[in-house]
Formats: sequence, structure tokens, C-alpha cells
Amino acid sequence: MTAVNDLDCINLTKRFDETLAVDDVSFSVPRGSFFSILGPSGCGKTTIMRMIAGFLDPTSGDIQIKGKSVLDTVPNKRPVNMVFQHLALFPMMNIADNIGYGLRRQGLDKKLIDAKVADALERVGLPGIGNRRVEQLSGGQKQRVAIARCMVLEPDVLLLDEPLGALDLKLREHMKVELKSLQAAFDTTFVYITHDQSEALVMSDQVAVMNAGRFEQLDTAANLYYAPQTPFVAGFVGDSNRWKGRVESVSGDQVKLVTETGVSIIGTARGTVQSGATVEAFVRPEAIRVAHSVNGIGEHANSFVGNVENVLFNGANSRVLLRVEGGGTIDVALPQSGEFNGLQRGDALAIGWGASQSLCFGAN
Amino acid sequence: MGAHGKLGFILLASPLVLWLSLLIIIPHIDLFILSLQEKIGVRQYQTSFANYMTFFSEPLYLRTFLRTAFMSIVATVLTLLIAFPISYYIAKIARGRLQSILFLMCLVPFWVSELVRTFGWMILLRETGIFSNFLQWSGIVSGPVEFLYNDAAMMVGLIYTSMLFMVVPLVTTLESLDDSMIEAGYDLGGNGYNVLREIIIPHAMPGIVSGSIVVFMLSLGNYLTPIMLGGKDSLWFTEMIYSQFIVRFNWELGAAFGFLLLGLSSLIVWGALKLSGQTLEKTMG
Repeated sequence: MTAVNDLDCINLTKRFDETLAVDDVSFSVPRGSFFSILGPSGCGKTTIMRMIAGFLDPTSGDIQIKGKSVLDTVPNKRPVNMVFQHLALFPMMNIADNIGYGLRRQGLDKKLIDAKVADALERVGLPGIGNRRVEQLSGGQKQRVAIARCMVLEPDVLLLDEPLGALDLKLREHMKVELKSLQAAFDTTFVYITHDQSEALVMSDQVAVMNAGRFEQLDTAANLYYAPQTPFVAGFVGDSNRWKGRVESVSGDQVKLVTETGVSIIGTARGTVQSGATVEAFVRPEAIRVAHSVNGIGEHANSFVGNVENVLFNGANSRVLLRVEGGGTIDVALPQSGEFNGLQRGDALAIGWGASQSLCFGAN
Repeated sequence: MGAHGKLGFILLASPLVLWLSLLIIIPHIDLFILSLQEKIGVRQYQTSFANYMTFFSEPLYLRTFLRTAFMSIVATVLTLLIAFPISYYIAKIARGRLQSILFLMCLVPFWVSELVRTFGWMILLRETGIFSNFLQWSGIVSGPVEFLYNDAAMMVGLIYTSMLFMVVPLVTTLESLDDSMIEAGYDLGGNGYNVLREIIIPHAMPGIVSGSIVVFMLSLGNYLTPIMLGGKDSLWFTEMIYSQFIVRFNWELGAAFGFLLLGLSSLIVWGALKLSGQTLEKTMG
């Protein structure tokens, strides 16, 4: 191994009394990359972050920064800094003192501190606000100040603990793009934890999907979406129609199954799936082709005709719930190309998708 | 505001107005008028500042006041130094039941009257008391030791009496400090001292100021503790006021002393706020 990673976690385990919060997790974050840990609340992602920052000691395993173990290093000496969930800007100081706090700890000359603080504010696009109070800033500005306060110390790794959680939707969308460009500008390794998949998918080079203390899959955002390795990932990343069913026949990796609701589906097996086994099948609403009549969708391994049970209008993310022959409803994304604008309850639609779009996982 | 609103406002405000005027403003005006009466003969008075002049011309009064003020400041500082770690432990380190129990333990002594609490200290500190007996029993000293009736005993009593009034505001302000602030303080490279100095103390400042004002005023106006634990050697200004009213029947001078205590202690509090760069608005706001 020639290139040394900025962060390596090796067999990291944390046990709180009886509960195993983090269960034997290993991962490496290469220099300058944006790494996210995505998982539902309580999955252990915050525990990992607090162990990296040094606020918790792992039960076993090792944390290495630039190839050196930091387990014996106290939090205030570790070359990592953290952007807290609620940012934890110090309200008793003005912005410049907030950003200069860490520099003062290093005993730098006052002039140098002032210059570095001004430079940091410049880089996050907020020049000249050093004299303001924390409460005078907007949510997005606070966010950038919190990042500047860490980045001014030039950490090897910047940890971000769901920092966008408190922002409203529009600002969150904006900050996603901005965080990514800040990361590129500072060229620092970011480790980001979130329960919001869109944050993780948009910003990250690598995403680890975490559940119940373990990493389910560590991959690029595109692979998590297109090629989930486990049923949890298939269900958690993006939306899916999810069916439990029994396998009728297997040929190669093609599986024919009948769902509990009585729909017959052809899908692709993930892992080994045997005839007669119970499986879970996932089909994304947006992977389904939809037309007014059967002629409009062409040849597909799975095709159904059904009646609209409900139209869930949500702008670009509009869906219909389609009740198909043989029972059961299917969640289908509506293309916003104009042809489905007047869709009413009870209208007939034809849908279809290829075998590769329905992934089947052997149920445990 | 309609007629109903007005009536409601009058009804709501009247207890406060009555309480303020009948129990505080009117007696004070009366005392103030009294303090301006100079006795020139039997039942003959004239209005003058002579009573106030007496305070400044008689060294005993002035020195007693200065001593009282100084001792009260010392008591306030010591109370703060003792109460701060206790409050920090209760607010930030103790969790759940332990937190409530510790807080209750600070509170419980105040369910007993101050008189009884002071007697408790006398039982511990007197010549035939528990400390003295223990020292004799363990062979450290050969004869009985008197711990009472000196400044140290009085200081112990004052601090004990004031502790709760410092702990409560400190616990309240420290509890409102987000743990992540402290963590951020460490995360950005600070050590325990930096975090205390730059984050915890500035955050706790309103609690420190209000606690200190209350403790200072309580100590300055305390009568029981200096009398019982300090004895004759520890003259307290409140004892002067008491003796003017009760022993010497010189209500005029007593009233003047009362107003001097009010004015001078307010001056000290104002000066301390100015020195520490705090304002009353920030503390109370």
C-alpha cells in the first residue's frame, strides 16, 4: 500500500453495557474524499463519529489517522475537528473569536490569528462579518462559520454530524451543493453522517449504509442505488415497491416469483435464491415504464394493466398507486412529460419493467 | 384596551401595588423622614443630615461598616468558589437520580430555620462541642478548644447560610449550557482551563452575578450568624442598627444607618458590576 489513507477504522467495536452499538466496523477514507455514513437514527453512526473525535473510547479495534493510531490521543490533540449537529458556535464570542478559538489554543501571534480568521471567512464567502454576534447570522451563515472554525485549524479529517438537520428544505438543498464545493476548495477529507439519503448521495464519493451497528454496504452513491447488496440497502436508499414472495422457478439468475398479494413477477436474483424459497423483491417506482395502453410500453419481462387507485401529486416526484389485475397495488412514478397530467382515479394504465429492474433477495 | 381589559389590569396589578406601597415604599419613606430628624432637646427635633454625619464622623460606625462590607465580599467570593464546582457537578456531570438527590441535599438544610442551623454549628464548634471533643479524644490537643466567636466561625456560618442562593442560579445557568459547546471547546484544541475560562464561565456569568449579588446582600444584612457565631469580637453593622433601635432607643440614628446600609451596599454592587463589565439587565434578562 503506497498511499496512506487519511482515516482508517479497523474492526471498530463499541459496546454500551448490553447493547452493541458498533459491531466490528472497518473502513478506510482516502485523502481528500467525501465519505458519508448513512443510516437510520440509533444505528450507531453517531457513536462511530464520537469515537473518531475522541469523546468515546472504542471497546476494541483501532482508529488510525494518516496511518497512526490515535486511540491514546485525547480529543483536543487529535488532528480531527467536528461540526456539531447544532453547530455549537459559542454565543459568548463574536464570529472572529469563534473562528480564532482554536488558533488561540495553538498560541499563535494575534496578527497571524486575525489574518487566518479573515482568510477563513473569505473562503466560506462571508468576508467582513467577524464582529457580528452569533445570533445575528442566518442558519446558512452559521453553518459556514462552523465549518470555517474547524477548517482554520487545517485538520486531517473534518467530521460533520448531521449539520444540515436544523435547516429548512430550500437552504438544505443549497447547502448540499455548497458543502461539496467547500470540501473541494479546502481539499480536506470530510466524514459526514446523516440519516438523509439525499444528502449522502449528492455529496459523497463513498457512502456506507449502516444498520444496527454494522455496515450493510460501502459503495459509491450510484452503486447503492442501482446495485444494492442487501435488502436493507435496497429498501433504505431510494424508494421501492417491496414484496415478499415465493420463488416458483429459477433459471440462471432469473427468478420467477409470486408475491403474497398474488402478483407474478420475474426478477433478478441477488445472491443465491432457490426454488421454493421466500424472497423479497424490490422495484423502484421510477424504474417502471408507464403508458396509457399496452402498446405504448413495448416488450417487458413484467407487464401489467391496472386502474389508478390514487394519484399522489408531488411535483416532479408525483406517483400513482396502481391496482393491478391479480391483486395488489404498485407504486409507479409519473413522468412529468405532460401526457399524464389529467390522470384521474379509475383511469386505466399499462406498466412494465425488465427483469433486471426487480431485485430479489433471499429472505432470512 | 376596553373597559374589561382595564378592570382586569387593575385587578391583576393591585396586589403588587398594595404590597409594594404598604410594605415597602411607605415604611421606607417613613424611615427616611425619621432619619432626617435631629434631636435637639426633649421631644424637640429639627430636620438635618446630622444623623448621617454621625456615621462618617464616628470611626466605630464607619469601621464597622467597612469591616462588614469587606467580610461580606470575602464570604461571597468563598461561596462562589465552593459553589461553582458543586453546581457544575450537579448540572453537568451527575445524571438522573443522583442529580436530583444532590440538589435536594443542598436544599434540605433550608427547610430548617436559620436559628436551628446556626445552633447546629454551635454544637459542632463550641468548647465542649464535637470537634473539640474529637481532637481531645484523638490526642491531637490536650485541652478543650474553642472554635466559636471568631471571624472564621462566622465566615463558616455565612457561607453555609448563603450556599443555596449561589448553587441554585449556578445550576440553572450551567444546565442551559449545551454539552456540545463543551465538547466543541475540547475538539478545537482547548484544555480544561481554556474551556472553563472561555466557554463555561462566560456562559455562567448571569448566574454568577445574580448569585453573588444575593449572597452579598444576605451576608451584609445577616444578623443572626454574626451575633451567634462571631460573638463580641465580630461586630456586624446590622448589630449597630439593632442596638440603635432597641438598646439606645435612638430610632433616628438607626433609621439613618439603615439607609446608609441600603445606599452603600447598592453602591458596592454597582461598582462590582462596573468592574466586571456586567450589567443588571444582562443578568436578569
